Amino acid sequence: MQIRVQSEPFDMGAESNAFAQSATGAGAIVTFTGITRDSAAGDLAVMEIEHYPGMTERALTSIAEQAMQRWHLTDCLVIHRYGALAPTDPIMMVATASRHRANAFAAAEFLMDYLKSRAPFWKKEITASKTDWVAARAEDEAALKRW
Amino acid sequence: MIDVLYFAWVRERIGLPREQVETSAATVNDLIAELILREERYALAFSDLSSLRVALDQELSDFDAPLAGVREIAFFPPMTGG
Repeated sequence: MQIRVQSEPFDMGAESNAFAQSATGAGAIVTFTGITRDSAAGDLAVMEIEHYPGMTERALTSIAEQAMQRWHLTDCLVIHRYGALAPTDPIMMVATASRHRANAFAAAEFLMDYLKSRAPFWKKEITASKTDWVAARAEDEAALKRW
Repeated sequence: MIDVLYFAWVRERIGLPREQVETSAATVNDLIAELILREERYALAFSDLSSLRVALDQELSDFDAPLAGVREIAFFPPMTGG
Protein backbone atom coordinates (compact mmCIF):
# COMPACT_ATOMS: atom_id res chain seq x y z
CA MET A 1 0.00 0.00 0.00
CA GLN A 2 1.36 3.38 -0.96
CA ILE A 3 -0.01 6.87 -0.23
CA ARG A 4 1.62 9.92 -1.78
CA VAL A 5 0.63 13.56 -1.32
CA GLN A 6 2.78 15.74 -3.54
CA SER A 7 2.94 19.00 -5.47
CA GLU A 8 5.06 17.49 -8.28
CA PRO A 9 3.39 16.14 -11.42
CA PHE A 10 3.23 12.36 -11.88
CA ASP A 11 3.27 10.18 -14.98
CA MET A 12 0.17 7.97 -14.92
CA GLY A 13 1.68 5.49 -17.39
CA ALA A 14 4.87 5.08 -15.40
CA GLU A 15 2.90 4.79 -12.15
CA SER A 16 0.59 2.12 -13.65
CA ASN A 17 3.54 0.11 -14.91
CA ALA A 18 5.41 0.30 -11.61
CA PHE A 19 2.24 -0.72 -9.75
CA ALA A 20 1.69 -3.69 -12.10
CA GLN A 21 5.31 -4.81 -11.66
CA SER A 22 4.90 -5.07 -7.90
CA ALA A 23 1.38 -6.57 -7.92
CA THR A 24 2.33 -10.13 -7.10
CA GLY A 25 -0.59 -12.50 -6.61
CA ALA A 26 -3.07 -10.26 -8.42
CA GLY A 27 -5.14 -11.14 -11.46
CA ALA A 28 -6.68 -7.70 -11.95
CA ILE A 29 -5.53 -4.10 -11.73
CA VAL A 30 -7.86 -1.12 -11.94
CA THR A 31 -6.48 2.40 -12.25
CA PHE A 32 -8.30 5.72 -12.19
CA THR A 33 -6.75 9.11 -12.93
CA GLY A 34 -8.53 12.39 -12.23
CA ILE A 35 -7.44 15.30 -14.41
CA THR A 36 -7.98 19.04 -14.02
CA ARG A 37 -11.27 19.91 -15.72
CA ASP A 38 -11.52 23.24 -17.54
CA SER A 39 -14.26 25.66 -16.47
CA ALA A 40 -17.58 25.56 -18.35
CA ALA A 41 -16.48 28.70 -20.24
CA GLY A 42 -13.14 27.10 -21.11
CA ASP A 43 -11.14 29.86 -19.41
CA LEU A 44 -9.62 28.13 -16.38
CA ALA A 45 -6.11 29.49 -15.79
CA VAL A 46 -5.21 27.65 -12.58
CA MET A 47 -6.79 25.12 -10.25
CA GLU A 48 -5.25 25.74 -6.84
CA ILE A 49 -5.49 22.78 -4.45
CA GLU A 50 -5.06 23.41 -0.74
CA HIS A 51 -4.73 20.60 1.79
CA TYR A 52 -4.23 19.94 5.49
CA PRO A 53 -0.74 18.45 5.87
CA GLY A 54 -0.80 15.62 8.38
CA MET A 55 -4.54 15.05 8.33
CA THR A 56 -4.44 14.43 4.57
CA GLU A 57 -2.00 11.54 4.92
CA ARG A 58 -3.93 10.13 7.88
CA ALA A 59 -7.27 10.29 6.07
CA LEU A 60 -5.92 8.73 2.88
CA THR A 61 -4.16 5.97 4.81
CA SER A 62 -7.33 5.16 6.74
CA ILE A 63 -9.44 5.06 3.54
CA ALA A 64 -6.88 2.88 1.75
CA GLU A 65 -6.61 0.49 4.73
CA GLN A 66 -10.40 0.05 4.71
CA ALA A 67 -10.32 -0.71 0.98
CA MET A 68 -7.46 -3.21 1.42
CA GLN A 69 -9.36 -5.15 4.09
CA ARG A 70 -12.86 -4.99 2.70
CA TRP A 71 -11.98 -6.10 -0.84
CA HIS A 72 -8.96 -8.28 0.01
CA LEU A 73 -6.70 -6.22 -2.21
CA THR A 74 -3.18 -7.43 -2.82
CA ASP A 75 -2.06 -3.81 -3.20
CA CYS A 76 -3.33 -0.27 -3.44
CA LEU A 77 -1.87 3.10 -4.51
CA VAL A 78 -3.19 6.61 -3.92
CA ILE A 79 -1.47 9.72 -5.32
CA HIS A 80 -2.99 13.16 -4.79
CA ARG A 81 -1.44 16.47 -5.80
CA TYR A 82 -1.74 19.90 -4.24
CA GLY A 83 -0.67 23.35 -5.42
CA ALA A 84 -1.27 25.04 -8.77
CA LEU A 85 -2.55 22.85 -11.63
CA ALA A 86 -3.46 23.68 -15.23
CA PRO A 87 -6.31 22.19 -17.28
CA THR A 88 -5.60 18.55 -18.29
CA ASP A 89 -2.93 18.14 -15.56
CA PRO A 90 -3.42 14.89 -13.64
CA ILE A 91 -4.64 15.71 -10.10
CA MET A 92 -4.85 12.31 -8.52
CA MET A 93 -4.70 8.61 -9.19
CA VAL A 94 -5.80 5.41 -7.49
CA ALA A 95 -4.74 1.90 -8.42
CA THR A 96 -6.09 -1.30 -6.91
CA ALA A 97 -4.92 -4.88 -7.39
CA SER A 98 -6.88 -7.99 -6.48
CA ARG A 99 -7.17 -11.63 -7.53
CA HIS A 100 -10.36 -10.95 -9.52
CA ARG A 101 -11.63 -7.81 -11.22
CA ALA A 102 -14.88 -7.17 -9.31
CA ASN A 103 -13.03 -6.38 -6.08
CA ALA A 104 -10.50 -4.13 -7.82
CA PHE A 105 -13.30 -2.12 -9.50
CA ALA A 106 -15.39 -1.82 -6.32
CA ALA A 107 -12.39 -0.80 -4.20
CA ALA A 108 -11.36 1.87 -6.74
CA GLU A 109 -14.88 3.36 -6.69
CA PHE A 110 -14.94 3.28 -2.89
CA LEU A 111 -11.55 5.02 -2.74
CA MET A 112 -12.73 7.71 -5.15
CA ASP A 113 -16.02 8.33 -3.33
CA TYR A 114 -14.29 8.62 0.02
CA LEU A 115 -11.38 10.74 -0.99
CA LYS A 116 -13.68 13.24 -2.71
CA SER A 117 -15.54 14.01 0.51
CA ARG A 118 -13.37 12.77 3.39
CA ALA A 119 -9.80 13.73 2.48
CA PRO A 120 -9.00 17.34 3.42
CA PHE A 121 -8.42 18.95 0.02
CA TRP A 122 -10.06 22.14 -1.26
CA LYS A 123 -10.10 23.29 -4.88
CA LYS A 124 -10.09 26.89 -6.03
CA GLU A 125 -10.73 27.82 -9.66
CA ILE A 126 -8.91 30.86 -10.95
CA THR A 127 -9.90 32.37 -14.32
CA ALA A 128 -8.96 35.70 -15.90
CA SER A 129 -12.09 37.31 -14.44
CA LYS A 130 -12.72 35.58 -11.11
CA THR A 131 -11.59 33.28 -8.31
CA ASP A 132 -14.01 30.77 -6.77
CA TRP A 133 -13.73 27.98 -4.22
CA VAL A 134 -15.28 24.85 -5.70
CA ALA A 135 -18.39 23.95 -3.67
CA ALA A 136 -18.85 20.38 -2.46
CA ARG A 137 -21.66 18.62 -4.32
CA ALA A 138 -24.56 16.95 -2.55
CA GLU A 139 -24.22 13.98 -4.95
CA ASP A 140 -20.67 13.39 -3.73
CA GLU A 141 -21.79 13.27 -0.10
CA ALA A 142 -24.74 11.03 -1.03
CA ALA A 143 -22.40 8.65 -2.89
CA LEU A 144 -20.88 7.59 0.46
CA LYS A 145 -24.18 6.02 1.53
CA ARG A 146 -23.84 3.15 -0.91
CA TRP A 147 -20.80 1.83 0.99
CA MET B 1 -3.70 26.65 24.90
CA ILE B 2 -4.96 25.11 21.70
CA ASP B 3 -3.76 25.38 18.07
CA VAL B 4 -6.59 26.55 15.83
CA LEU B 5 -6.19 26.02 12.07
CA TYR B 6 -8.27 27.45 9.23
CA PHE B 7 -8.43 26.27 5.62
CA ALA B 8 -9.80 27.47 2.28
CA TRP B 9 -12.37 30.30 2.54
CA VAL B 10 -12.44 30.05 6.33
CA ARG B 11 -8.73 30.93 6.31
CA GLU B 12 -9.38 33.79 3.89
CA ARG B 13 -12.25 35.24 5.94
CA ILE B 14 -10.36 35.09 9.21
CA GLY B 15 -7.16 36.26 7.55
CA LEU B 16 -4.68 33.78 8.96
CA PRO B 17 -3.91 30.06 8.60
CA ARG B 18 -3.42 29.24 12.28
CA GLU B 19 -3.22 30.76 15.72
CA GLN B 20 -2.85 29.73 19.33
CA VAL B 21 -5.88 30.40 21.46
CA GLU B 22 -6.02 30.52 25.25
CA THR B 23 -9.38 29.04 26.13
CA SER B 24 -11.25 27.05 28.71
CA ALA B 25 -14.08 26.21 26.27
CA ALA B 26 -15.60 22.82 27.02
CA THR B 27 -16.78 22.04 23.50
CA VAL B 28 -16.19 23.09 19.89
CA ASN B 29 -19.40 25.14 20.01
CA ASP B 30 -18.17 26.95 23.14
CA LEU B 31 -14.88 27.83 21.42
CA ILE B 32 -16.75 29.15 18.37
CA ALA B 33 -18.90 31.32 20.65
CA GLU B 34 -15.72 32.77 22.20
CA LEU B 35 -14.15 33.45 18.80
CA ILE B 36 -17.30 35.13 17.45
CA LEU B 37 -17.21 37.61 20.35
CA ARG B 38 -13.64 38.62 19.48
CA GLU B 39 -14.05 40.29 16.10
CA GLU B 40 -16.39 40.68 13.16
CA ARG B 41 -14.25 38.50 10.85
CA TYR B 42 -14.81 35.49 13.14
CA ALA B 43 -18.55 36.16 13.24
CA LEU B 44 -18.49 36.23 9.45
CA ALA B 45 -16.52 32.99 9.13
CA PHE B 46 -18.73 31.14 11.64
CA SER B 47 -22.07 32.58 10.55
CA ASP B 48 -23.33 29.33 9.01
CA LEU B 49 -22.06 26.18 10.74
CA SER B 50 -23.85 23.94 8.24
CA SER B 51 -21.24 25.06 5.68
CA LEU B 52 -18.35 24.19 8.00
CA ARG B 53 -16.59 21.04 9.13
CA VAL B 54 -14.37 20.55 12.17
CA ALA B 55 -11.44 18.23 12.88
CA LEU B 56 -10.01 17.52 16.34
CA ASP B 57 -6.38 16.37 16.33
CA GLN B 58 -6.75 15.65 12.59
CA GLU B 59 -9.90 13.51 12.86
CA LEU B 60 -13.28 14.73 11.60
CA SER B 61 -15.52 15.51 14.56
CA ASP B 62 -18.72 17.26 15.62
CA PHE B 63 -19.49 20.75 16.91
CA ASP B 64 -20.73 19.40 20.23
CA ALA B 65 -17.56 17.35 20.81
CA PRO B 66 -15.59 18.04 24.02
CA LEU B 67 -12.20 19.78 23.76
CA ALA B 68 -10.58 18.18 26.81
CA GLY B 69 -7.13 16.91 25.83
CA VAL B 70 -7.38 18.25 22.26
CA ARG B 71 -4.20 19.96 21.01
CA GLU B 72 -5.24 20.93 17.49
CA ILE B 73 -8.59 22.00 16.09
CA ALA B 74 -9.24 22.82 12.43
CA PHE B 75 -12.16 24.55 10.73
CA PHE B 76 -12.80 24.23 7.01
CA PRO B 77 -15.54 23.97 4.36
CA PRO B 78 -16.74 20.57 3.08
CA MET B 79 -13.84 18.87 1.32
CA THR B 80 -13.46 18.76 -2.45
CA GLY B 81 -10.77 16.20 -3.17
CA GLY B 82 -10.49 13.83 -6.08
